[in-house]
Amino acid sequence: MPVREVDVADVTAAIERLCMEANYDLPRDVYAALEAAKKTEESPVGRAVLDQLTENADIAARDRVPICQDTGYAVLFIDVGQDVHFTGGGFEDAVHEGVRRGYTEGYLRKSVVEEPAHARSNTKDNTPAVIHTRIVPGDGVRILFMPKGGGAENMSSLNMLKPAQGVQGVIDAVVETVSKAGSNPCPPVVIGVGIGGTIDMVTVLAKKALAREIGSRHPDPRLAELEDELLRRINALGIGPQGLGGTTTALAVFIEEMPSHIASMPMAVNVQCHAQRHLVAKL
Amino acid sequence: MTKKITTPLTDEVVRDLRIGDEVLISGVVYQARDAAHKRMVALIEQGEPLPFDIQGAVIYYMGPSPAKPGNVIGSAGPTTSGRMDAYAPLLMEKGLKGMIGKGLRTDAVKQAMVDTTAVYFAATGGAGALLAQRITGNEVIAWPELGAEALARLEVVDFPAIVVGDCRGGDLYEVGRKEYARQV
Repeated sequence: MPVREVDVADVTAAIERLCMEANYDLPRDVYAALEAAKKTEESPVGRAVLDQLTENADIAARDRVPICQDTGYAVLFIDVGQDVHFTGGGFEDAVHEGVRRGYTEGYLRKSVVEEPAHARSNTKDNTPAVIHTRIVPGDGVRILFMPKGGGAENMSSLNMLKPAQGVQGVIDAVVETVSKAGSNPCPPVVIGVGIGGTIDMVTVLAKKALAREIGSRHPDPRLAELEDELLRRINALGIGPQGLGGTTTALAVFIEEMPSHIASMPMAVNVQCHAQRHLVAKL
Repeated sequence: MTKKITTPLTDEVVRDLRIGDEVLISGVVYQARDAAHKRMVALIEQGEPLPFDIQGAVIYYMGPSPAKPGNVIGSAGPTTSGRMDAYAPLLMEKGLKGMIGKGLRTDAVKQAMVDTTAVYFAATGGAGALLAQRITGNEVIAWPELGAEALARLEVVDFPAIVVGDCRGGDLYEVGRKEYARQV
């Protein structure tokens, strides 16, 4: 297999575009889920909120302005084909540069502060990005961009469950996390659940789960059923759109699983607001 | 029924507001979030004046995205109010009458709203493009180095919000949730 050369300038340009478009255009599956929720939501206030959210998405797409002022911390999942050779500069530098340009040129909010426990001074260009890179077969590059807002991220949880807690432990932890979050993460939320791995990997699984298309079924029937049950239980909490009471607290629950240590059952819940922004580019 | 209210707020107006009321707010509101609150409280503790008159004032917990050329402001929806809970009671003691944000407040904040006759409004989180259309004036009045966290004086016209905390201790988040909670 010949090596394919990819100029990192193309990586920068792709990410610049992703930052802007992801923040202006609500994904179609999320928009459709909000529309569907209007038909089932029992609370009139909840329905009014859902109306505002689709109207807001329409305005953002039309005027090319951010759906939400919190345009997020830039999280990128990048799959690099092992036959790719990057030229023209450092790969990670090119990623950060794409974020820098996208957030500056696109009038997106710079929401990153350095020295988080001390000065908390704004880095002014929304860098650094969080970059998860995987080396995969082939000669392509796939870039998934997910701007992650702070309000919902703050409501997320990591749970080091005992293996004996089993499926019930997972259910309890997810429902408790969403219940405690209440109105704070801007419901209706999307919930990413990671099960297995290690303390670091389980949170990555939970985040990655958020990129699934709403309406898609998990290929493992037991996990698909668990997702359905979690969604039913979450929507029985009564939190509703914006937490003002209602039957639409979550639009979807997505699970990602991997093997764990014999002594462990790590489990993470990544809470995502209704502005479930994510976009893919391929080079 | 939607109530139209104008800032600054008086005790009389605040007393007339109950949880669940939909309101359209017009007048001046002050934009402040985490960092600006920390600085405002530091000024009060040092006995220094605030950069604006807080009597009857309404603070909007918000940090906008940058304005595109020709626009007054970028997207401008509320941020989570709970992070300002540590600062809000002191500001209410000094005359703050209204807060616009989203999400749960502590008992201390709710008690301060009862004690000082203040009100808490929610705007729709994540509707920043829509809400920005109701903001007609925007002037940074302190701490521009804080960027999106600067203190700004905003003029709003018919800004849509809902009363989620009133001066009787009412909390729409609690009431609304109980009404729609189901046994599984």
